[in-house]
Amino acid sequence: MCGIAGLIHRGKTSAVGNEMTSMLQALKHRGPDSTGFAVYGEAEPGAFVMRFKVAEAEDMGKGFDVHAKIAERIEEVEKRLTDHSATILSRDAATEYAQRWVIRHNGDTEQLARYIEEIEGAEILSLGNALELIKDLGDATVVSEQYGLSDFNGTHGIGHTRMATESDVDIRSAHPYWAFPYNDVSVVHNGQITNYWLMRRQMERKGHRFVSSCDSELLAVYTADNLNNGVALEESLERSIREIDGVFTYLVATKDQLGMAKDTMAAKPLVLYESDDLIAMASEEVAIRAIMPDEIDTYDPYDEEVRVWQA
Amino acid sequence: MASIDWKPDLEWGEKQEARARDLGMMSEQLTGRSMETFFEPAEEENHTYSFAHDVDFNKRAEFDAGDLDATDVNNKIRELMREGHGSIVVKNPRGKHSIGVGILNRLNLIIDGSVGYFGAGLIDGPTVRVTGRVGWSCAENMMSGVVVVEKNAGSTFGAAIRGGDLVCRGSVGSRTGIDMKGGTILVGGDTGALSGFMMQRGRMVVCGNAGKNLGDSMYDGTIYVGGDIQSLGVDAVEAELTELDQQWLKRKLDLYDVEPRHGVASFKKIVAGKQLWNYDNLEPNEKKLIL
Repeated sequence: MCGIAGLIHRGKTSAVGNEMTSMLQALKHRGPDSTGFAVYGEAEPGAFVMRFKVAEAEDMGKGFDVHAKIAERIEEVEKRLTDHSATILSRDAATEYAQRWVIRHNGDTEQLARYIEEIEGAEILSLGNALELIKDLGDATVVSEQYGLSDFNGTHGIGHTRMATESDVDIRSAHPYWAFPYNDVSVVHNGQITNYWLMRRQMERKGHRFVSSCDSELLAVYTADNLNNGVALEESLERSIREIDGVFTYLVATKDQLGMAKDTMAAKPLVLYESDDLIAMASEEVAIRAIMPDEIDTYDPYDEEVRVWQA
Repeated sequence: MASIDWKPDLEWGEKQEARARDLGMMSEQLTGRSMETFFEPAEEENHTYSFAHDVDFNKRAEFDAGDLDATDVNNKIRELMREGHGSIVVKNPRGKHSIGVGILNRLNLIIDGSVGYFGAGLIDGPTVRVTGRVGWSCAENMMSGVVVVEKNAGSTFGAAIRGGDLVCRGSVGSRTGIDMKGGTILVGGDTGALSGFMMQRGRMVVCGNAGKNLGDSMYDGTIYVGGDIQSLGVDAVEAELTELDQQWLKRKLDLYDVEPRHGVASFKKIVAGKQLWNYDNLEPNEKKLIL
């Protein structure tokens, strides 16, 4: 089933971390397996926030040397960053296997990302100036606490509560997906994509990387491919309705934009609230109500509807 | 080559027919026309459940649902009905799901705020007013009663309703009145794609525009649209809007104080073309096969 939520403040920052946590906690019944957030703060030019993991949550209970392996992999990440002449400005560990590093780098970030992901077990969850992408097993409150999201201020964010249907319960298959290698672009999705393999093979032939067998990852790769070819976000969303089969509603966030698309059958829900300074959307109204207790007007977007909002 | 001596097994056919009749499959007299029963005051007893609560409309109660979960809200409504309250106001529902489901007696229920999925579903009798918005599947399977939603509604509004009046003053999502088997759905604004899909009986009135595939695969029933129709579904055809239709529309719209932009004369009437397979048109043997 899955639950998705997103919000964007126009022209100001707010406690987006807390707001997204409340929204996703209200959607817990739609997906108790894992929760993910992609929140956007003030962009720091030149500095990149790199969120990565070097193991899965479930690996922690396996093997007596897992801790040594993790330390080794983290050391290797550091080495490879230095090899690529990147400077590490700060490093925090959210969990033993998930790290948040701020780096300065002037070269090709795609090359750098590919080089780091060659390390066994390593996956870059996100890389960007403004984006912080966190995801792990558990409900919104658990993940938010674990990763210290409550004091995060920003302009916009998207999030996802996952009920695993077609792939495993692990961080790899959890949303949001970063649109590798596109800095600051993330995607959450609710639905099923029926031409997944066909589209995946097309994308793979173009050289895109897939880290999971979750159909939602395709939307991130597809969006990245379009943006890479100079297609605007709105056009990419519109194209996806024609080119991707299945039932889906998905949200895409970039450094300063938030977009939504609903498939041709309108089979997956989304409720929208729009005001001059805030736009909030979620699979169910109960999530919007979690941050706006007062009476508000909301509506359902129709089939094939595409919208993009600017922060 | 051995020739095959084949004769139709008439005896087998008769046996099958007798068996189908025993199972009650062929006892129904289908005339191919919609049948409606109307309420007769003299038969009031037959129209209430033996376990229905005897409530007094002048006895009013209200409570705050803000901190309760959906089950507690519904239990609270039941408790108040048991105590004889005939008018109940639920404050602060905050988009909770399944509020007001399964009420099977007369009641004046006011939900002051917005409701999530399945609001007022499976009801038989009450009058429900929602001052906010409703989520997906509002009043699904309603048997009788009235539901009025003041703002917008989500998809599958009034799915499979069998009776009663379901009104949304705002716009509704997709698949409105899917599989409806009776009653009336009245939408003040627009409706999305596949509205009236597989509709069997009843009437749907949309004052605004309708999305694509309106009335797809409908068996029977009538859809009236005041605005534009993006496209008609398979086997949905436009019919002539008669004087009788206009009178009925006017009466119904006045009843709920909904005013269409261009008056009732501009409404389009959509009915089933009945070119698709229709259960009622099948030969007994064919009917036996599909039943």
